[in-house]
Amino acid sequence: MSWSLQFVQLLNGIQLGLLLFLLGAGLTLVLGIMNFVNLTHGSLYMVGAYFAASLYNWSGSFLVVLAAVPATLVFGMLLERICLITLYRRDHLDQVLATFGLILFLDELVRAIWGPAPQFMVVPPMLSGTIGLFGIPYPAYRFLIICVGLAVALAVYLIIHKTRVGMLIRAGANNRDMVGALGVNIGRLNSIVFGFGAALAGLAGVMAGPILAIQPGMGAPILILTLVVIVVGGIGSIQGAFYAALIIGVVDTVGRTALPLMLRQLIEPSLAQAAGPPIASMLIYILMAVVLAFRPQGLFPVRH
Amino acid sequence: MTAPLLSIRGLVKHFGGLLAIDGLDLSVAAGEIHAIIGPNGAGKSTLIGEISGELSPDAGVIEFAGADIAHEPVYRRALRGLARSYQITQIFQEFSVIENVAMAVQAHAGHSFRFLRPTATQRALTAPALQILERVDLARRADHPVATLGHGEQRQLELAMALAGEPKLLLLDEPTAGMSQHESEGIVSLLAALKGQCAMLLVEHDMDAVFALADRITVMLAGRPLVTGSAAQIRADAAVRSAYLGDPDEGI
Amino acid sequence: MIRNFAWRSARGVVALLVILLLALVPVYSGATGEPYFMTLFLRIMIFALAALSLAFILGYGGMVSFGHALYLGVGAYSVGILSFHGITAGWMHLATACVVSALVAVLTGLVCLRTSGMAFIMITLAFAQMFFFLMVSLRFYGGDDGLTIGRRSDFGAWLDIRDTRQFYYAVFALLMVSLYFGALFVHSRFGMVLRGCKLNERRMSALGYPTLRYRLVAYVVSAVVCGVAGVLLANLSRFASPEFMSWSRSGDLILMVVLGGVNSLLGSVVGALVFMSLEEVLARWIDHPMLVLGPAIVIVVLTLKQGLYGSLIKREARRQP
Repeated sequence: MSWSLQFVQLLNGIQLGLLLFLLGAGLTLVLGIMNFVNLTHGSLYMVGAYFAASLYNWSGSFLVVLAAVPATLVFGMLLERICLITLYRRDHLDQVLATFGLILFLDELVRAIWGPAPQFMVVPPMLSGTIGLFGIPYPAYRFLIICVGLAVALAVYLIIHKTRVGMLIRAGANNRDMVGALGVNIGRLNSIVFGFGAALAGLAGVMAGPILAIQPGMGAPILILTLVVIVVGGIGSIQGAFYAALIIGVVDTVGRTALPLMLRQLIEPSLAQAAGPPIASMLIYILMAVVLAFRPQGLFPVRH
Repeated sequence: MTAPLLSIRGLVKHFGGLLAIDGLDLSVAAGEIHAIIGPNGAGKSTLIGEISGELSPDAGVIEFAGADIAHEPVYRRALRGLARSYQITQIFQEFSVIENVAMAVQAHAGHSFRFLRPTATQRALTAPALQILERVDLARRADHPVATLGHGEQRQLELAMALAGEPKLLLLDEPTAGMSQHESEGIVSLLAALKGQCAMLLVEHDMDAVFALADRITVMLAGRPLVTGSAAQIRADAAVRSAYLGDPDEGI
Repeated sequence: MIRNFAWRSARGVVALLVILLLALVPVYSGATGEPYFMTLFLRIMIFALAALSLAFILGYGGMVSFGHALYLGVGAYSVGILSFHGITAGWMHLATACVVSALVAVLTGLVCLRTSGMAFIMITLAFAQMFFFLMVSLRFYGGDDGLTIGRRSDFGAWLDIRDTRQFYYAVFALLMVSLYFGALFVHSRFGMVLRGCKLNERRMSALGYPTLRYRLVAYVVSAVVCGVAGVLLANLSRFASPEFMSWSRSGDLILMVVLGGVNSLLGSVVGALVFMSLEEVLARWIDHPMLVLGPAIVIVVLTLKQGLYGSLIKREARRQP
């Protein structure tokens, strides 16, 4: 495989990784601080994509499309206030069931409103070309996603480590009860954490819209990928989510192209062609299993 | 001189930047009641955790009944005869009183890969369980759900479960915690009755209990043993008085 | 144990009615000439068996597996793949399903069971998803479209499951036997250890139990039973598809267990019965059944903390001194 193709695939992997980070950062905090298994996180991603597609089809302008992010944030907060807030005190089983029911409901709602056929959103015209990176052409839009992803990662890092809210969040991830006992308004902290996650999920949905299919049920596969990221990174750890997301994004993307090629060197081509995709699809889960076999709490566990 | 039942040498434990145990030596002879006292933060709970196996040492040797257990998992130490009771009661809330004790008995009754006979009909489990309940004076509550027990009775059950395997060494983490005067006295007389049969490492704040039971007392301060001796020696020691027991004019 | 069961209480009546209902469906079907009900209840019983296997580890072991449908897939593809290669012997299908399910359960269990409760849920979900994607990308065995199965498993002269009635009663018998043995397991030494691990694993270790070992065995037993359910499911629909292992299928199984009541095995049968009947009925009347069924079930689950059947058990327990 040529170097330029490998380089492009590596970038694609980083791009997927950064999307997964956007989803994972919020969700890992919700899991770690609020101890709340929120399976609807994938649905927020879906809602973000649908809002973006609708705004685009209605207005034709990409600036208006950006409004989908605050719209998803509002939707997320409403969802939290109406449905999710009663679940915080419940055990994980109840949380899993209730959010599972909500996923089914939201998928059906989206199907009822927009219909079962996929929605389409195009890449903004000025970003539909390629840009040259080290002389290799790479789609401009995907490069934008990488830039936005890195910018958000930097912003998250600064917020978490340099602001008071961030300190409270870190403390909450470390010892939830103590933070409450110290007089911090836990309800408000929870809302901030949840809103933060919803906004990032919405942003991920908006950015992914033009390049991934927008259809009912699109939330679940990406949610499961995000859960893998969080588990590998360590529940409650944003740093863990960042590294795990990049590793998983790259392994998955590069693996899918590299593995069949590697297999072709070792076994006969037709067998490699048949065996390649199945094994490639399992790579990240095998990676997860290997990481957990040695470090069951993840790569960067939050020490309590 | 026979080897001590429990022998700890040079135990060290860090929690991140905090040095919880700083080079501790300790021994417990078979049948001895050895009390550990000290102010909060002295490392007493950490010590119990290290001996029981819930925490792993950074350095040091822990020998029990002739074996090096420093890196053995919790359950294996329990099967060697090291039992533990907890400061915060850890019982099975949805089981009845006798089911709780039977659970403890069952652990020492061979493997539990038996799938057919109900445990309630197995005399090999229920008879010893009932015997232990009689010793802690809870036999009349045998079939009652645990939720109907008061706090003091739950602490008694806690102790009963620790006694179930006929342990060689009992690790007692504040057994009288949260108890009334009357209830505490009950526990103390129960433990006194076990003197000689079972060695005990007793972590306590209740000085009456400590002075009534202990053969030896170790005072811990900042992760190290300050002084070890008999009750009389500890009472008289000036360093102990100032570090822990407070105002030397206060009558003990 | 059957003697000790409180047949005369409300819960006993419900249990009896459920068993009678299931036993008499083929009679009704025969009388009205409508095989539809037999097929529907066959499907319900198969899912009840799967839910039962999950209830054992979820209700009694506290292991919330969000990937149990994986074993339905293992069982189904045992039939599918072997049939594809010309092996139609039912005992081969069953044996393969059991062995593969056990193997997968041991490997995934060793990874999952050492993690926290929350992580366990997510990792089981991930492993099921992995097998889902595996089968989707194995185009040789149908991939996304699934694998049709030419004929039902061949059990020789004494049982012909191509006859739906025989199939029905075989599954019914299997379900009853599973309920019986399941109830024995729950009160046995093994069952008590499992329940103890759910209530207070820390104490169990301190008492001297190697908890991982026992939980792993429970997980494997549960997986094997679910694998058998998968064999039955593939035979019913003469089809094996990655859909059998989808995350929503795993979620449905948890739903059935909790709907019926986590504190009993028969509860999961009740849960399967109610959930699947509702799904069937609503699909005929409403265009988007999930808009109603989704919230309805969630509300039931959250308000009736012990589930439909489980609440009856709780009521009876409170009446005793």
